[in-house]
Amino acid sequence: MTMRPPSGSTLSLQRIFGVPLLLATVTVIGLVSALLDDGFWDALSWATLALPMLVAAWAIWFRRE
Amino acid sequence: MSPGTIRKWSWVHKWSSLVCTAFLLLLCITGLPLIFHEEIEHLLGDKPEPPVMAADTPRASLDRIIAAGLARRPGQVVQFVVWDKDEPDVVIVNIARTLVEPFDKSQVMIFDARTAELLMEPGGHVGFMDIMLSLHVDLFAGLPGKLFLGLMGLLFVVAIISGVVLYAPFMRKLPFGTVRKDKATRTRWLDLHNLLGVVTVGWVLVVGATGVINTWADLLIQLWRFDQLADMVTPYAGQPPVGKPGSLDKAMVTAHAAAPGMRPSFVAFPGTLFSSGHHYMVAMRGEAPLTKRLIQPVLVDAQTAGLTDLRKMPWYITSLLVSQPLHFGDYGGLPLKIVWALLDIISIVVLGSGLYLWIARRGVSMDVRLAALAQDDQAVRAGR
Repeated sequence: MTMRPPSGSTLSLQRIFGVPLLLATVTVIGLVSALLDDGFWDALSWATLALPMLVAAWAIWFRRE
Repeated sequence: MSPGTIRKWSWVHKWSSLVCTAFLLLLCITGLPLIFHEEIEHLLGDKPEPPVMAADTPRASLDRIIAAGLARRPGQVVQFVVWDKDEPDVVIVNIARTLVEPFDKSQVMIFDARTAELLMEPGGHVGFMDIMLSLHVDLFAGLPGKLFLGLMGLLFVVAIISGVVLYAPFMRKLPFGTVRKDKATRTRWLDLHNLLGVVTVGWVLVVGATGVINTWADLLIQLWRFDQLADMVTPYAGQPPVGKPGSLDKAMVTAHAAAPGMRPSFVAFPGTLFSSGHHYMVAMRGEAPLTKRLIQPVLVDAQTAGLTDLRKMPWYITSLLVSQPLHFGDYGGLPLKIVWALLDIISIVVLGSGLYLWIARRGVSMDVRLAALAQDDQAVRAGR
């Protein structure tokens, strides 16, 4: 084992890609849903496709360090 | 990931991005007004407003509409008759000097579907939206321009994938959503680039990939001509193409009978890109948000109005048709268009910040190099 500075442990791949993978899945659901039908399915696409932007806005403006 | 692997992926990310960034910025910026082209055309008065009539007002004869169009352009030919899926009361007729004239060289006439009256004959001047569209689709360079932009789109997809790979080593010690606001400007923008890039990666990949597929539209249609269309019209091999096609109204009766429950999307006249020399190619569509974009071609003999053949479109044409709404974002009402525009703006920020990060790092490495040089100088002096 090489010597590593004790400044915090490294995150697992699951931890790193957990939220991005979830957002990508939600995005694909939204992209497909508006193709299926109008009404509810349109509204579902608006909400799901807006979610990544809401998450980014939260991280930039409201997240505590 | 070993340092060597990281170095390789950053090389891929750096060069794929650098080559395509300028074009992608152009595509994102020109794409922004194109998302709202319908709304903008309404505002500019470039869309006809057919008068309100009872819903069951009978439709006018298509042959009459075509005759009215040709009367305005003597000696020219009809290429296409098109129905607007969002405006059922109009019929659009494309007239050009020759049957194979490209779209931008044809004259569009918009008729009232019930009265056969000419509502609008757009064209003459090249508007703002035409410029945006040309810059976005082919850089005013036709098929080579389209294929070039498609290549840039492929590089963009490579840049996105390599960016996702590099996200892992960069975020090894940072929880999701970290933006180090108290650090140097470059660090802050690196965090923003990573955050905005990774949350929009699903949308950007789909819009990028479907955009690339759209650049191949001309080629895919040619493929369909040689593949399926040629096969369907083999009984007509050796016959001279029809000079003057027969009644379209009769051909439509045949098409409706062959594809019950469907509506016409457009008709390609005999001798045009989408048909043979002997047929009306009546493209029928469904009603749902997806199926109204898919087409079922019905080949109708242009002289006898008899049915020749109807076959499902091959997978590559269906993929092209599905990729269109997924690229345009025009299939979920105005709110979806607004979301599309916001995601487009975020992509502009990701592209711009990526460029900035590259420029800023070049500056740093130059400083490091200068500092190293200065140290060497001192060492030389000390050695004297």
